[in-house]
Amino acid sequence: MHLTHLSLADFRSYPRAEVSLGPGVVAFTGPNGQGKTNLVEAVGYLAALGSHRVSGDAPLVRSGAERAYVRGAVQGGGRSTLLEVEINPGRANRARINRGAPVRPRELLGSLRTVLFAPEDLTLVKGDPGDRRRFLDELLVARAPRLAGVRQDYERVLKQRNALLRTVAMARRAARGAKPDLSTLDVWDAHLARAGAELTARRLELVAALRPLVDAAYARIAPGGGEASLEYRGSVGAALPAEGSEPAELEAVLAAALAESRPQEVERGVTLVGPHRDELLLGLGGLPAKGYASHGESWSLALALRLASYDLLRADDGQGLGDPVLILDDVFAELDARRRDRLAELVADGEQVLVTAAVPEDVPAALSGARFEVADGAVRPSAVGS
Amino acid sequence: MYEGVVQDLIDELGRLPGVGPKSAQRIAFHVLQADPADVRRLAAALTEVKEKVRFCAVCGNVAQEEHCRICADPRRDAAVICVVEEPKDVVAIERTREFRGRYHVLGGAISPIEGVGPEDLRIRELLARLADGAVTELILATDPNLEGEATATYLARMVKAMGLKVTRLASGLPVGGDLEYADEVTLGRAFEGRRLLDV
Repeated sequence: MHLTHLSLADFRSYPRAEVSLGPGVVAFTGPNGQGKTNLVEAVGYLAALGSHRVSGDAPLVRSGAERAYVRGAVQGGGRSTLLEVEINPGRANRARINRGAPVRPRELLGSLRTVLFAPEDLTLVKGDPGDRRRFLDELLVARAPRLAGVRQDYERVLKQRNALLRTVAMARRAARGAKPDLSTLDVWDAHLARAGAELTARRLELVAALRPLVDAAYARIAPGGGEASLEYRGSVGAALPAEGSEPAELEAVLAAALAESRPQEVERGVTLVGPHRDELLLGLGGLPAKGYASHGESWSLALALRLASYDLLRADDGQGLGDPVLILDDVFAELDARRRDRLAELVADGEQVLVTAAVPEDVPAALSGARFEVADGAVRPSAVGS
Repeated sequence: MYEGVVQDLIDELGRLPGVGPKSAQRIAFHVLQADPADVRRLAAALTEVKEKVRFCAVCGNVAQEEHCRICADPRRDAAVICVVEEPKDVVAIERTREFRGRYHVLGGAISPIEGVGPEDLRIRELLARLADGAVTELILATDPNLEGEATATYLARMVKAMGLKVTRLASGLPVGGDLEYADEVTLGRAFEGRRLLDV
């Protein structure tokens, strides 16, 4: 698939912007702070309903404006789809497909698939476990939009259960020795185990599918750099069933682990087991990547994770919509010449590749295609293949 | 900002559910321009509803007497109780004209985030109604969301030992709709709850 048009209104630095795009490589160049990343961020938002730079929506709305609009025309599988989202910070966002009646934003998921690689992705390797969990969950949703609901359900059950544990913990401290009412905790345990089992099963499946792809991608970006490995470590410890287990089996394991950790949970007022405490361990040449990998290796590994995601989404294109849109935001400047060229070779045949760079020279020659200059919040086509 | 009483009215209206600042302003100016008799009638209806309406001593539904219309009706089947969250759910089910039993209004659903536990709902009253064994079936009709499901699970566990039939309303596809427009979660539930087609 590829994006044929992008319109923004009051998004980030843009009061308005209209950009027509074609398939192949599209590069946006211009000095820093002029709004290159804002463009690809908007594309990413249409695909994932979230920004890769900030967790809340408020910074996405141009200061002084009440709401922002992002509209994108997507060409894929022989048809064109117009996606629109209205971003209302603090209130529900609204979305429309093909100028139809407003729908829940979640309905947009799956119509535009993107894989975005940005400098922030270094946190995939060096950051907290939460960054890697989010990577897995976002990829799950990109592959199967239905899982957005599973993820949301799990987070809601978790919030409810934590709220209950907190009140129980407070009541215990207030009246020492008093036996708190835990009758509803059983109910939340059951719901947490069920939602958590489905999420965990999907993550295990995903890690198994990603593993060979990440290793292959890493070997191509950094040949001779050792084996890149992925391991999913559950908060239930050794009890975690092997990859490919049924959710029912995982549910029983989670329920048992919740029962076991209940005394500590009641003491601390927080849920201690479940997929929200699981960890994706990345390794390079047999050592943990976090703490051992050099800056360059960490970069290559983060890039390998994104390229593997791209390969995975490319391979399971059930609806025949074509390749996802690959977005490389400001990444070439961070890579040495050799890795830069390798990356360019790897992605040059993508259906659409959006690239941002501060100077045109940062975009490798292998990535010829449309060029735009971004300056003062305006996007202008520049001479082709500069 | 408007002056004094006009702004007070807008603020009060804006606190109502489903009324945003713009709507509140529109209603306030409608009231200002309306016939004084109409406004007096509205004000009277508002005060009256607080004075006259109370909650049924048995089921918790809105009532004008000690018992609501349904609990006072001897033709309703006392052996079946349908448990709902709010009085408006009673109205919704009554519109089907399918259900001939009685109701029990909980007054909400279990939600620790909002500080609502089982002791804040009318669960003790429900257990008291079930105690004499006259009720044979309990229909759990709480909302099909997370909190509603949790409340239903909790109730089912509470009454398990009583040996009565406990049922939960089915979740699934809307009647008269198109399959393709159903969201994935609803469709998934409908698959789980599929039944044998007996011909």
